[in-house]
Amino acid sequence: MGFSMLAPEYRVDRDKDRCIDCKVCVTQCPYDVHYFDEEEEKVFAREENCVNCHRCVVLCPTRALIIRKYPLEFRENSAWKDIDIRQLQKQAETGGILLSGMGNPKPLPVFWDKILLNASQVTNPSIDPLREPMELKTFLGRKPERLEIGCDGSLKTKISPQLELSAPVMFSAMSFGSISLNACRVLAEAAEQLGIYYNTGEGGLHQSLFKFADHTVVQVASGRFGVNSEYLKIGAGIEIKIGQGAKPGIGGHLPGEKVREEVAATRMIPLGTDAISPAPHHDIYSIEDLRQLIFALKEASDYEKPVSVKIAAVHNVAAIASGIARAGADIITIDGFRGGTGAAPTRIRDNVGIPIEFAISAVDNRLKEEGIRNQVSVVAAGSIRNSADIVKAVALGADAVYIGTAALLAMGCHLCRKCYMGKCSWGIATQQPHLVKRLNPEIGRERLVNLITGWKHEIKEILGGMGINAIDSLRGNRHMLRGVDLSSRELDILGIKAAGE
Amino acid sequence: MKRIYAREEYCVGCRLCEIFCVVGHSKSKDIIKTYKKEPDRPAPRVAVWEDGPLSFAFQCRHCDQPSCVEACITGALSKNEEGTVLCNEDKCVGCWTCITVCPFGAIQREEGEKKKIVKCNLCSGEPEPYCVSHCPNRAIVYEERGVE
Repeated sequence: MGFSMLAPEYRVDRDKDRCIDCKVCVTQCPYDVHYFDEEEEKVFAREENCVNCHRCVVLCPTRALIIRKYPLEFRENSAWKDIDIRQLQKQAETGGILLSGMGNPKPLPVFWDKILLNASQVTNPSIDPLREPMELKTFLGRKPERLEIGCDGSLKTKISPQLELSAPVMFSAMSFGSISLNACRVLAEAAEQLGIYYNTGEGGLHQSLFKFADHTVVQVASGRFGVNSEYLKIGAGIEIKIGQGAKPGIGGHLPGEKVREEVAATRMIPLGTDAISPAPHHDIYSIEDLRQLIFALKEASDYEKPVSVKIAAVHNVAAIASGIARAGADIITIDGFRGGTGAAPTRIRDNVGIPIEFAISAVDNRLKEEGIRNQVSVVAAGSIRNSADIVKAVALGADAVYIGTAALLAMGCHLCRKCYMGKCSWGIATQQPHLVKRLNPEIGRERLVNLITGWKHEIKEILGGMGINAIDSLRGNRHMLRGVDLSSRELDILGIKAAGE
Repeated sequence: MKRIYAREEYCVGCRLCEIFCVVGHSKSKDIIKTYKKEPDRPAPRVAVWEDGPLSFAFQCRHCDQPSCVEACITGALSKNEEGTVLCNEDKCVGCWTCITVCPFGAIQREEGEKKKIVKCNLCSGEPEPYCVSHCPNRAIVYEERGVE
């Protein structure tokens, strides 16, 4: 690129007392930052290319590298912050829509951090999960209105198909194409080992992952990529994707350069063609249309799989969720405005949608008011960062959560948010063979399994502290939550009391 | 015997194996001292071979019937009880016969003035060879795979 007004975003600090010019940084940087000057026999950096992915920092054998924010400052201005000026400069240079990867990074309130959990003291005993049984098992799917038991004690009520989770957490929809096959493999293997599920996203199911089908939720989205009869029958559940938290109202676009042989075959599209998912499903213009698709998919899978409908958390989420429940969905997945993505228009990602915390309570309230809460399970997604967030989500009314960003972080992602460039230095959001192999699925799986195993222990500890011995007893139990630094209106919507009340 | 195996599907071509091989055979065994203060630091016994996205770390295979041992004119090369092919530096005269007969090209000349060969000794004395323990992606493993 020629002249640019854009100053570098990051500075590469190389400690010359430590650097041994081994060139590991040079071989590892996919953004062409580090280079070795043969004449000088030294490693240098083109800082303007740095995206702060930490690949060089982590692999540097002498810890000689630190990436810092570029210290150049614009003249102070409260209205025009650095990021605003830089984005404008970038757009003036390119004339394009600004693209972003991962979730909304803006300093909007994280309501999880404004919600505090309860614990037992004196009057009700807490439970020690190391000594007493503690149940995290979660079933997702339509629950019966009542149970009928026969004279011989057998269950007469026919139970709708359910997903059985060892803990209320699943791996979010991330397609093969947006992430590498190795990354998909990590999700699949970890889901199997943990007794939970991962979601294929709109990328179809690669042949090599068929063996994990019992732990796979197959997605059907507006582009219908990779959808066929076998795909629908093989998964444990089916999800219709209407919207995504990072880009509500927007479709998807997988650039042709990522559509290599395996992606093309899995998505059932020609090699090298752009995979464009339209913004709407062109056969869904009403709840009645959605009902048709839900039942078409149920018919195609012999009514053996629960069908989920995934929507972004938007203003009327409660009414929409009610419609979805009445359309026959077994699970409603709601993706909050901080949810991740491989690529989204920056303005959409940063400005559209509502926080998942409000969406969960609004939907849970509405479904309870209408007496149809049992007909659907609610899965919350978008910005679940740790086990405490899961506990809070469940207490607000979610049945389970999806984690995407957290799962990728466990695999090695460093949240540099350049997924859309297709050059992920950690081998996750890329299809380039020399980068894909950087994610050894064996290591990724171990790390992801470790994460969820740790979370399970933590959830049990938290539940025990509250004197609860099953996650089911926490579901929608908002008495266990108190708000800090929230307006009374916000507390009302969340359905929780203020701290001290 | 336990041997080093490359898993080319996970080799990221970072060459940390080469760097730490040098450290493992250096005097100080400290990476910064080795590279900053040891001008006569040893040559790496492992080399990463690369062709496009394909890359893997390669070192002596410690063959069951090593041609280098058979060909060595001074008896410097020998196979010990564990099966490791070792070079006795005192006996090596730098005739390079072993280099010409090695079917894998796993033997190098020592860098600098020293007229000796260098080859992998599986980091004798260490629980795991340096290249294996320092690979960031488990692309080199040290394991028993039985008879090949």
